[in-house]
Amino acid sequence: MVTEAKTETFIDEICSQPGGEGIRLCIQCGTCTASCPNADKMEHTPSELIAMARAGMKKEVLSSNAMWYCLSCYMCTVRCPRGIKFTDMMHALEYLSIQAGLVHAKTLTPTMYRLFNHYCSMGSLSELWFMLRFYLQTNPFRAWRMIPVAFNLLRHGRISVKPRKLTQEGSCQLRSILDKAEALGGVK
Amino acid sequence: MKYYTYFPGCSCSSEGGARAYDWSIQAVSKVLDFEFVELDDWNCCGSTPSGSVDELGAFCLAARNLALAEKSGLEMVTPCSACYVIFNRTNSYLKQYPKLKDKVNEALSAGDLKYNGGIKVRHTLDILTTDIGYDAIKARVRKPLEMLKVACYYGCQVVRPGFGFDHPENPQSLDKLIASLGGEPTPFPLKTHCCGGSLIISEEAIALDLTRKLLESASSNGAECLVTVCPLCQTNLDAYQSRVNKKFKTEYKLPVLFFTQLMGLAFGLDSKTLGLNKNIVSANELIDRIYNPMSYIKTRQAVS
Repeated sequence: MVTEAKTETFIDEICSQPGGEGIRLCIQCGTCTASCPNADKMEHTPSELIAMARAGMKKEVLSSNAMWYCLSCYMCTVRCPRGIKFTDMMHALEYLSIQAGLVHAKTLTPTMYRLFNHYCSMGSLSELWFMLRFYLQTNPFRAWRMIPVAFNLLRHGRISVKPRKLTQEGSCQLRSILDKAEALGGVK
Repeated sequence: MKYYTYFPGCSCSSEGGARAYDWSIQAVSKVLDFEFVELDDWNCCGSTPSGSVDELGAFCLAARNLALAEKSGLEMVTPCSACYVIFNRTNSYLKQYPKLKDKVNEALSAGDLKYNGGIKVRHTLDILTTDIGYDAIKARVRKPLEMLKVACYYGCQVVRPGFGFDHPENPQSLDKLIASLGGEPTPFPLKTHCCGGSLIISEEAIALDLTRKLLESASSNGAECLVTVCPLCQTNLDAYQSRVNKKFKTEYKLPVLFFTQLMGLAFGLDSKTLGLNKNIVSANELIDRIYNPMSYIKTRQAVS
């Protein structure tokens, strides 16, 4: 008997992400949507997103703005009657969206997340440089508007110009771990 | 004396925007006889954003810290709700997916580290309310927070998705703690609703609206201040309060304190040691009132 090599469907792709396998359990009750503080800002509500993913609408799901409005408040996760880890699934969809190069054009969250990851991969997040670079990269006008907030933080000694640094040894260790992780190519 | 490994996280590090939280934790730990020993050479936990950009890398960021903590074997405690969720999530995924654990360990081996999965990670609020306990806290109170109406804000990630010590939607630990300091926790229906989190940076309008709802709920229930358990919640509610006022034409002036700062005040500690001069919305009136309750009561009587 000859078995055909099965091509990976979108559902398989989601299921292979940690936390993604719950998508098969959804009963479309809408509890997640009713619990989400940002559902009204999403092009597709959380429960709709699951239905679309199960219908194989990969491009529509991954190019949607929905997951980028997820606040990671975990309200959907604790309320889901099927025990789906929905917040983690949103993170998995964000990851797949970046991987597929389908990131929604109008939301700034992916840019913010990338920059965040860039700084924390160096060991410690420098709030000042992270924020400054984000504003300059996306909309310098916003940086201008944020000056009063920044000034207040500075005046109250809550901004450090010099970022926290790991020891030379610690930095090298972290770098080799992350390089190795990259070479291993993902969680699958 | 109880000992714990301490993971301050970027915000509560000596260079972070919430260093006052760290100071106040150190100050109350001396009074309550426990010690947080900072993890040597720790790195950023990766928080929520890293997992969306580089999943395996994010697990490794968290796992390096856990592997370092495993050397001492002590329980690890963090004051940051985001770090708390990330470490617990990493622990539960490594346990649930052995293949993922092998991969993470393969990466860690490049830095001569290995993580067996044995470090329990807890939140400062959990340590203070469960291990130290309300009675021990009450016994140290020198300046009871009499008649002070406090909105106890938990936020999301300290109670959800739920790694153990309190109810995910109607938690009580912080309310009980404030009551043991002599304060009056106000009803606060939105106490576990989201403050907007990191979307305050990328989607400010949306996050400000969520922050406004919290301020509205707290003040309409008569709160004179808010206490938080998370550096990011504190920043959104405190540093962005002026942005909320500007956008929604409101006039909120609610001081937003880390819960350990309010504990320190009730213990009679100096406000500078607790980093209260770092609060953007001034807490001076509140401090005066706790330090000199008699003059406050007199003024109140005179007014009425």
